[in-house]
Amino acid sequence: MEGNMNLKLKIWRQKSTSDKGAMKDYQLGGVSPDMSFLEMIDVLNDKLIREGDDPVTFDHDCREGICGMCSMFINGEAHGPNRGVTTCQLHMRSFKDGDTIYVEPWRSAGFPVIKDLMVDRGAFDRIQQAGGFISVNTSGRTMDANAIPVPKEDADKAFSAATCIGCGACAASCPNGSAMLFVSAKVSQFALLPQGQPERKERVLNMVKQMDEEGFGNCSNIGACEVQCPKNISLENIARMNREYLMANIKPEN
Amino acid sequence: MAKGLFGSSLVKKYWMALTGLFLITFLLVHCAVNAAIFVNDGGETFNKFAHFMGTNLLIRSMEIVLFVGLLAHIVDGLMLYFQNRKARPTAYAKQNNNSSSTWYSRSMALLGTLILFFLIVHLGNFWVKTRITELSVIDQHLYYDGEKYENLFGEMQLVFKELWVVIVYVLGCISLFWHLLHGFKSAFQSLGLNHSKYKGTIAIIGDAFSVIIPAIFAAMPIAMYLEWIA
Amino acid sequence: MKLESRIPEGSLEQKWTKYKNTARLVNPSNKRNIDIIVVGTGLAGSSAAASLAEMGYRVKTFCFQDSPRRAHSIAAQGGINAAKNYMNDGDSTYRLFYDTIKGGDYRAREANVHRLAEVSANIIDQCVAQGVPFARDYGGLLDNRSFGGTQVSRTFYAAGQTGQQLLLGAYSALSRQIGKGTVQMLNRHEMLDLVVVNGKARGIIARNMITGALERHSAHAVVLCTGGYGNVFYLSTNAMGSNVTAAWKAHKKGAAFANPCYTQIHPTCIPVSGDHQSKLTLMSESLRNDGRIWVPKKKEDVEAIRAKKLKPQDIKEEDRDYYLERRYPAFGNLVPRDIASRAAKERCDEGYGVNATGEAVYLDFSSAIVRYGKAQANVKGLANATHEQLVELGTEVVKEKYGNLFQMYEQIVAENPYKTPMMIYPAVHYTMGGLWVDYELKTTVEGCYACGEANFSDHGANRLGASALMQGLADGYFVLPYTIGNYLADEIRTGNISTDTPEFVEAENNVRQQLESYFKTSGKNPVDYYHRRLGKIMWEKCGMARDEEGLKWAIAEIKKLREEFFAEVRVPGSMQGMNPELEKAMRVADFIDLGELMCLDALDRNESCGGHFRVEFQDADGEALRKDDEYNYVAAWQWTGDASKPNLVKEPLIYENIKVQARSYK
Repeated sequence: MEGNMNLKLKIWRQKSTSDKGAMKDYQLGGVSPDMSFLEMIDVLNDKLIREGDDPVTFDHDCREGICGMCSMFINGEAHGPNRGVTTCQLHMRSFKDGDTIYVEPWRSAGFPVIKDLMVDRGAFDRIQQAGGFISVNTSGRTMDANAIPVPKEDADKAFSAATCIGCGACAASCPNGSAMLFVSAKVSQFALLPQGQPERKERVLNMVKQMDEEGFGNCSNIGACEVQCPKNISLENIARMNREYLMANIKPEN
Repeated sequence: MAKGLFGSSLVKKYWMALTGLFLITFLLVHCAVNAAIFVNDGGETFNKFAHFMGTNLLIRSMEIVLFVGLLAHIVDGLMLYFQNRKARPTAYAKQNNNSSSTWYSRSMALLGTLILFFLIVHLGNFWVKTRITELSVIDQHLYYDGEKYENLFGEMQLVFKELWVVIVYVLGCISLFWHLLHGFKSAFQSLGLNHSKYKGTIAIIGDAFSVIIPAIFAAMPIAMYLEWIA
Repeated sequence: MKLESRIPEGSLEQKWTKYKNTARLVNPSNKRNIDIIVVGTGLAGSSAAASLAEMGYRVKTFCFQDSPRRAHSIAAQGGINAAKNYMNDGDSTYRLFYDTIKGGDYRAREANVHRLAEVSANIIDQCVAQGVPFARDYGGLLDNRSFGGTQVSRTFYAAGQTGQQLLLGAYSALSRQIGKGTVQMLNRHEMLDLVVVNGKARGIIARNMITGALERHSAHAVVLCTGGYGNVFYLSTNAMGSNVTAAWKAHKKGAAFANPCYTQIHPTCIPVSGDHQSKLTLMSESLRNDGRIWVPKKKEDVEAIRAKKLKPQDIKEEDRDYYLERRYPAFGNLVPRDIASRAAKERCDEGYGVNATGEAVYLDFSSAIVRYGKAQANVKGLANATHEQLVELGTEVVKEKYGNLFQMYEQIVAENPYKTPMMIYPAVHYTMGGLWVDYELKTTVEGCYACGEANFSDHGANRLGASALMQGLADGYFVLPYTIGNYLADEIRTGNISTDTPEFVEAENNVRQQLESYFKTSGKNPVDYYHRRLGKIMWEKCGMARDEEGLKWAIAEIKKLREEFFAEVRVPGSMQGMNPELEKAMRVADFIDLGELMCLDALDRNESCGGHFRVEFQDADGEALRKDDEYNYVAAWQWTGDASKPNLVKEPLIYENIKVQARSYK
């Protein structure tokens, strides 16, 4: 063991979706401040396995903040106390020796718990499938990429919206459990680009419909999502989606 | 309009915003009229304004719209509240909300309920008496230039003699302040009118409105209780 | 076994056109009755699945993550090459072809690489049409930047998140098909065996990772788009879940594995910080456009830096050794990855490494910041700007270009890279080797295809930056959809394939037995313990530099490790339900076998080429020494049932259009 931090962890344990689940306490020593939060959980799991216990199940993959798989609610905040980072980018230097750390899964009707800290985010996939695309075939025989110039400002805004990693922190941190930030980011990306225009109205209508069916809450402009989003997706996207949806309803034909 | 306009989560936001903005304009009118008490002319200006408001047909019919609007705001708000609770079936063991949002933006339902309680008291004090029963003040009517006016000013003086009533009013105004502080800006965001260009302006106007209007309202019972106005 | 590359006849420029004109087709009504399984949903998998579904096939797609959008293509940063010549700097299809062959150290097939260069321009058109927000200039047109191993700017990018934007584009195309019902998507499913019936791939055995159930899925063709095997080194820039299992199972069922020893060690990664490290983080190659790599010239400065008595920014210009610029003046900091990595290793081995472990060099942006600052000052008309003002202006420019990378660095290292030079060191990043495929991307198992990083085809012994994204999408969108029809044309009379045949039953039983075997051992150590050990062996003996003695030692160590692993690994839980430790155990077992094969391959190849550097084969300047007369072949390894005794089959590489010569970036 290379580190010297001691921590008290309170972690949500739940065997399966149907299991009730409860918070459980763990004591963990030998934590180095240079470890990422997930590496700290790795150390805990190593200990649990060696002691014959069931290791903590959690989603993770790229461990560099881009795949969107890690999803822990740490000390009451999505991806922990730091801003603009995912759980895998959170390092233990952000905590102090002797700290008590709460670790919970995303809590949302749209994200049922699979096991421990792992949730099912299929809802986001289904929202995307409902309209988060441009209907173009994949032949490559479209038109030259430079045929339509896109103003840099629009391209940059579309890019900013498109940097969403679909982790679900927005819905998890929203006191209302709303997934509007996620949905609006995708709607915005395409609404801002010329390529997205033909399906612009249909897209927002279908995606919002799916979002509602997944059981997410309603946005009341609290703004927690924007603060806790690891990619700093702006609330302006939600305003844009509100606008898009209103226009699509008022004038459904293109 | 498409069918979708009556069921989706976004439509609930629109209704919330539209009814909210409507109520905001009402507040503005109401506040402007009532501020007439600060003329401090024994209530003459105020009573004349009140008379106009109570007898003008357009204003009277708007009163119905106002009640409908208020009811819609309440019903829509309650629907949002209960749906949102359902969206998080299991609560977090620890949720550090204050790090990422303001308590009042999360407490619109609570603040709205407090305002509603205040409104019930307030309507009982004035609206019921002018429209349905009769004023409690001894001089129910006053005459200016030979014309008969209801002495609403006198009624106010009477009502605001009670300390507990003044406290209820001040608390009501404080609730309104917090409710507006989130609600004003929020309405624009909900209607999609949040653009980086206007965002700052809307925020300044919203904050100013949220402070000034409830402050003027709160000053009324206080001024009467302390007999600054007579 | 004989390897048939099926390269079409005719001139290089005409081969692909000719192929497309003569390949057999499947008519639309028949496509509706043909099933295709696509495993993996990265750039290659998503684009292949979306394209095949668009064409009318019935597609089933698998990924082990919770969503197809998580595949590790998402982490690619710098960009994607395409021979568009928008910059008017002399680029062409031929130059992209030439650079790729040369970059690959003359160990790739000409025909494949030329096809890749041909379709590269279509990729950009396709992605823009899908709404991928590439970086643009103020005129609204697409911007390009430069990458290693080239002298033109042909790299399209979206800040430092190009992979993310491209994958989300392919994911949106895939999502569209899932929504239409033409693709059945199975998330959290891991392929654990390939089912071969009468010599043809007919399906897979997959484990539902939530329930633990083993499932049989049949199809007329199986397409493996399962990425690379860099995680054999335990520490790599790959995602934690990236693994070789699907490809390895196919290998065990008859698919030859080609050039396993060709590993790309990326020069610019964040150095290891301690034993707890679970993965390494890449700093995009695009940073070498503006960053200059150096170490101190004087040993005493190195000592002072390690003792934290001296800051790198305080070392005088003349006391810095910009060793890439010194050794390779023509390409400077933009030499190919293998060369940059070895040069860093050489300096660190000589004792010039700048961190506590002596394994780091500097990537410095200070001159770029001042350069951009000056340009900005000119634009703003600030004639007498102070140095501080220039730094401030330049920092803004650098922030716009690489902001997210700098932020990522600061998160991990807790140092501000705008002020202090970044510390970087090479790390395993990509694997050029993979399943052997012919020109049609078909493995040596009929009906089993491999696309993207999972195959070996286009990058030779070293991949150039921004070419992985190009290859993944080229395979998935534009190559496989044509070539697979040539095979499936024979399958129109096959009808639905039953999963009740003995082959499926046997495959499922085999998988079940393997899984169950992990629970029988009493077990001492978790899976990661063995994975780390394997990684250490591989990194030390089969990493940036290899030699005969080391490789032989590694092979012996791996054999020991295998025995220990199967005797002593502890896997908690059971077959039922979610069990990540069981998943890891399956993957590590395959990594152990693969590790041995990589060492055998490295041992066989008595030359240095690209990412494969044998210490015994270098010239006086320490440059790699190829031996074209003996080793100008693809080494395709056949599974024999014994991991230690694979069978080597050689595919000679024939260069008809390019003169094979010593690679020089000087």
